[in-house]
Amino acid sequence: MSVTTTARFEIKYRSYLTPEGRLTGTPPAIASDPDLLKRLYRMMVLVRIFDSKAIALQRTGQLGTYASCLGHEATHVAIGAAMAPEDVFFPMYREYGTQLWRGVHMEEILAFWGGDERGTTFRDQPLDFPWAVPIATQTLHAAGAALAFKLRGEKRVAVTVIGDGGTSQGDFYESLNAAGVYQLPAVFVIANNQWAISVPLKAQTACETLAQKAIAAGLPGLQVDGNDVLAVHEAVSEALEKARGGGGASVIEALTYRLSDHTTADDARRYRSATEVEDAQKKEPIGRLRRLLVARQLWSDQDEEALVQDCQRQVDVAVQSYQAYGRPACSDMFDYTFAELPESLRAQREAALAEGPARG
Amino acid sequence: MAKVTLVEAVNLALARALADDPRVVLLGEDIGVNGGVFRATAGLQERFGPARVLDTPLAESMIAGLAIGMAAMGMRPVAEIQFSGFIYPTIDQMINHAGRLRTRTRGRLSVPMVLRAPSGAGIHAPEHHSESNESLFAHMPGIRVVMPSSPTRAYGLLLAAIQDPDPVVFFEPTRLYRLNKQEVPDNGQPLPLDTCFVLREGGDLTLVSWGAMLHETLETARWLAENEQVSAEVIDLGTLSPIDYETILESVGRTGRLVIVHEAPRTAGLGAEIAAEIAERALYELEAPIIRVTGYDVVTPFFKLEHDFMPSIDRIRRAAHQVLEP
Repeated sequence: MSVTTTARFEIKYRSYLTPEGRLTGTPPAIASDPDLLKRLYRMMVLVRIFDSKAIALQRTGQLGTYASCLGHEATHVAIGAAMAPEDVFFPMYREYGTQLWRGVHMEEILAFWGGDERGTTFRDQPLDFPWAVPIATQTLHAAGAALAFKLRGEKRVAVTVIGDGGTSQGDFYESLNAAGVYQLPAVFVIANNQWAISVPLKAQTACETLAQKAIAAGLPGLQVDGNDVLAVHEAVSEALEKARGGGGASVIEALTYRLSDHTTADDARRYRSATEVEDAQKKEPIGRLRRLLVARQLWSDQDEEALVQDCQRQVDVAVQSYQAYGRPACSDMFDYTFAELPESLRAQREAALAEGPARG
Repeated sequence: MAKVTLVEAVNLALARALADDPRVVLLGEDIGVNGGVFRATAGLQERFGPARVLDTPLAESMIAGLAIGMAAMGMRPVAEIQFSGFIYPTIDQMINHAGRLRTRTRGRLSVPMVLRAPSGAGIHAPEHHSESNESLFAHMPGIRVVMPSSPTRAYGLLLAAIQDPDPVVFFEPTRLYRLNKQEVPDNGQPLPLDTCFVLREGGDLTLVSWGAMLHETLETARWLAENEQVSAEVIDLGTLSPIDYETILESVGRTGRLVIVHEAPRTAGLGAEIAAEIAERALYELEAPIIRVTGYDVVTPFFKLEHDFMPSIDRIRRAAHQVLEP
């Protein structure tokens, strides 16, 4: 009998910006692009202020259940910044940083969580998919879109985000497998925030990393510090470039932490310790980028004050627009079911309209 | 013009769609090099190339999910599910995304895909190959469900399904795949998806059915005419969702008697839906209770019992007698 090794795998981890705001290793080119660094920082701050306002709206009965993105800002914003406008994004449901960068409006996000059909209009973002709540289904849509781009010879990439829990779903593996077989222009980002509602990563998988799930599909898998906007931006940019050049799909596991409850309907204190959250808080993404900017004398207290004020103003304007939406038309639930309303639905539509607005 | 079987008519329609519309792409398990396990896609990869006719990995949710992504990006994917009992993994993708993407983007994105699948029993197939699951899909908003019952309608309805701007689940009755031949002109003409087809006119009772059961239903109508001078109107539902009730109501208004025949299990089958709608809208025009002749509420049996499960001509005839002499 002879035993030989037929394949060997390893997963690399990348991180440049420490929680203290210091750069380590050989940082990517954007580390010396002050304008881009400041744009990334501004968007991360805007997202956090928006997020906090959305939670406040929910707590005061002005919004439905809301899924916070607290702690994920670097991962989400870096993805948006790395993508080209003609690429297409397939979100799960808390990637506001990516969406705002790509032209989705804050008032639309509020309308979605406010139970208003008009929230998914994306009036300035005609390409991207709406939120996918069922978990992992969107990864197949990304693979399908990538297949369309490849068959038509378009230099576009489909980008999707999935959580750590989502990687347990069959659709996730099926999408990676398709992307491997067809060598699709797709980027799969796993935003590993350590918790799938109440289930910690160690109860989700026996894998040492989630990036290694790529290996089974014949794709490269890379781990990055998801709270390091430089590392995420570099990894996603490289994966996009590779996909655009015909080199196929990549999987990037961004290690981050869900600092919030799963949604406003959840209470994370039931299943995780305050100490764990406090430790994670020390590694959160925004403070470390600010410390870098300040150390490089690219950012001052006055800049910070002006930014916070500007973000609060933008969020206030968005909240006002959302609140001015009023009630959606009852006919809305019928009118987009089919391109042309079938006779049987036309009768139901008329009956519903004749009822007048329901209470409650 | 050559006569073709139903499965050949499907092949003809797929070839026509591939030739006429560069957005059309076929995908499925074993559909390329092998030409499909039922031969529905025979020769198509050879003719149109592997970029138009794609063999996929073995994963049905993936097939549906890929088709959704492709369709939303402007293609016209026609996906094949290999056997009827293998369609269930697609349900999540179909109900949660295919049927609702237009609504969830207020018309910004849509899913003009076709999910083709074989349907029904009667060909001595192994387990999970003989299911009639159209009701599951007919219950999904935003999705059309279509089932042809002849080569001509297979050709025209499949072209219509491919051209339709919304998702269509297209069930192909395997028992009819090679049962008989018809002259089918390859003229690229679709048939309408918003109307039933009156296959036989009659004034004494109305028989409504779809797919393979129309074979037995038409046989029954012929028997009644020849042996009892009873003229039965036979309606092929064609599009199972949304249903064209006007044609059925018009017929029942004349006959006052309705029998619905389907192979799928009885409870929550489409027969119940049709019976309820006709009762609501035309009860006082009925001369007799509406009768359903259906498969039983049992696990689709192995093939030695499949003909005991499927409605027989005898059962349909008894139902006809019941409504004629209540």
